[in-house]
Amino acid sequence: MSDPIIKIQNMNKWFGDFQVLKNINLEVEANKKIVVCGPSGSGKSTLIRCINRLEEHQEGDIIVDGNELSEKTKDIEKIRAEVGMVFQQFNLFPHLSILDNCTLAPIWVKKMPKKEAQELALDQLKKVQIDDQANKFPGQLSGGQQQRCAIARALCMQPKIMLFDEPTSALDPEMIKEVLDAMVSLAKGGMTMIVVTHEMGFAKEVADEVIFMDEGMIIEKADTKEFFANPKSDRTKLFLSQIL
Amino acid sequence: MQTIKFLKPSRDNIKNYSIIGSFLVLVSLIDVISNAFLKINLTSFLPGSLTTLFPLIIGLIGLNMMRIDYSGNKTLDLLNKNINTNNFNALLTLLILFSIIKALPQSLSWMILDATISGDSKDACTGTGACWTYIKVWFRRFMYGMYPNEFHWRINTAFILVIALGFVGYFMKDNLKKYLALYYVIIYPVIAYLVIYYLISGGSFGLQWVETGAWGGLSLTFIVSFFCLIFCFPLGMIFALGRRSNLPAIKYISICYIEFWRGVPLITVLFMSSVMFPMFLPEDFFMDKLVRVIIAITLFEAAYCAEVIRGGLQSLPRGQYDAAKSLGMGYWKMHIFVILPQALKLVIPGIANTFLALVKDTPLIFVVGLAELAGMLALAKTNPKWLGFAMEGYIFASIIFWIICYAMSKYSYNLEAKYKTER
Repeated sequence: MSDPIIKIQNMNKWFGDFQVLKNINLEVEANKKIVVCGPSGSGKSTLIRCINRLEEHQEGDIIVDGNELSEKTKDIEKIRAEVGMVFQQFNLFPHLSILDNCTLAPIWVKKMPKKEAQELALDQLKKVQIDDQANKFPGQLSGGQQQRCAIARALCMQPKIMLFDEPTSALDPEMIKEVLDAMVSLAKGGMTMIVVTHEMGFAKEVADEVIFMDEGMIIEKADTKEFFANPKSDRTKLFLSQIL
Repeated sequence: MQTIKFLKPSRDNIKNYSIIGSFLVLVSLIDVISNAFLKINLTSFLPGSLTTLFPLIIGLIGLNMMRIDYSGNKTLDLLNKNINTNNFNALLTLLILFSIIKALPQSLSWMILDATISGDSKDACTGTGACWTYIKVWFRRFMYGMYPNEFHWRINTAFILVIALGFVGYFMKDNLKKYLALYYVIIYPVIAYLVIYYLISGGSFGLQWVETGAWGGLSLTFIVSFFCLIFCFPLGMIFALGRRSNLPAIKYISICYIEFWRGVPLITVLFMSSVMFPMFLPEDFFMDKLVRVIIAITLFEAAYCAEVIRGGLQSLPRGQYDAAKSLGMGYWKMHIFVILPQALKLVIPGIANTFLALVKDTPLIFVVGLAELAGMLALAKTNPKWLGFAMEGYIFASIIFWIICYAMSKYSYNLEAKYKTER
């Protein structure tokens, strides 16, 4: 068994006086797909934002692909380049075309030649089926298309890990499926994924493990089948009874 | 009830009402116009105060009758929607219209009909109107200050060169476009400085040296505004970023800088730059007064620019920063490619505002003895041969400043439209 690609040990995080994350321990092996669920305000988003250090943790260790994240980490950009992230609000760059959104980081962060970056971007856009929109601007696309573009943009950096922060929560019900389809095919391709979502159908289909969080703590962590068939804690049972 | 109905149109008699209404408004306008231009009082048969109020009353009744909702007539609807929504607005419309008409004959006769433009001395101006001869005679002084007449071509050539160099960006090839910012922020100002130094100051290439004390008029306004605008923007950007920095030293230096310059009046800064500043310099070190003034205004306006740009930076959603960071961009890459292009777009109106204020602040350099356009006016009006023509001079200067500022604000609207993106 190889070393876990993400290793979180005794991690605590506060926002001012308020402790958002309490004693988090988590190990994710390469190519595993983890779904994180839980009620809002339970710290799911904060947890995955800590993994690429968009949020700083105060105690404990986070080790991503052998690099420890702390104030001393020099090349945080290098680590972030290996961890792709997809946001709830898409966060595409509105002043750039879809293609430029995808090529910006490869060209300037990875120093990829422009032509190569464009080919790669078109390739990734094709995988999420919006290569025909490449020259449009984000404002001209539907929410579902924008989110798929955001996935393609993250993939253009050829990351080892993909983080999804409620990627379908800001979408119309009709568009959720197209985004989930893109994520499912990505999962089948063997990407390491941590997905914060309320889409339990998606969790059942692709997740290797499901983590249930509440009040900043990991309440339950179990294999997907086990999690849905036989939840251990009462809090999980209550949550599942409400959401399913 | 009957009277109100008499004045209120119904849908059946729209046509009659609109015709009678517009006729009444026309009568009131004719009355005022004939009164103002021809000095004929058409309503002299009416008693005293009623004569003056007559056009107002008739006009109000007329507008009231014309106030028909959805008349189907485009012009009438537009009129009703914009200036004739209710009786109070109708009254205001009429009053403004009448005041303009009343004021027109006097101003017209003063500015054009009775004005003098012939001749080349004060004696030509005998009429009651404006003396444009004064502007004509002093025109070169207003444009070039005390700069020797035979060298005016040097200023003109320098300006044409600088403007031409400014357009280089438009014709740049695509593969050079990435150096555009570098060109405008560093190379262009240096070239412009050299052009102005060698052509206008002279002293080499067989051109006679003309010291900056002799520069003046509109050309000086342009020179000062040009250098201040071109330098204060990048400087402001640096301090705006500095103020939002996570590094305490940079952050507090930026805050101190901005709050210091925003806290002192420009006129004090100018005095300091010309009187106090040389005292701190070593004796053999000389810096031209004009350069000191330009530096002073630049530092001053940069603080305002910084705050405007900071406003733009703050209005961007945090998600943009998150997305840029998550793609592995560092501070500079994130700002250059993602944050600044969006923020600067948002602050175009604010920056235009600051720049307009800057151009209109340049006359203040008169207090340190540099006479740009408004300064030349102040000198000219105290010339014993030409006493008493301050009015013409200030009108002339206002028109020129207005043209400059209007052109700038128009340009900023164009930029805004050009860089508009949907969110």
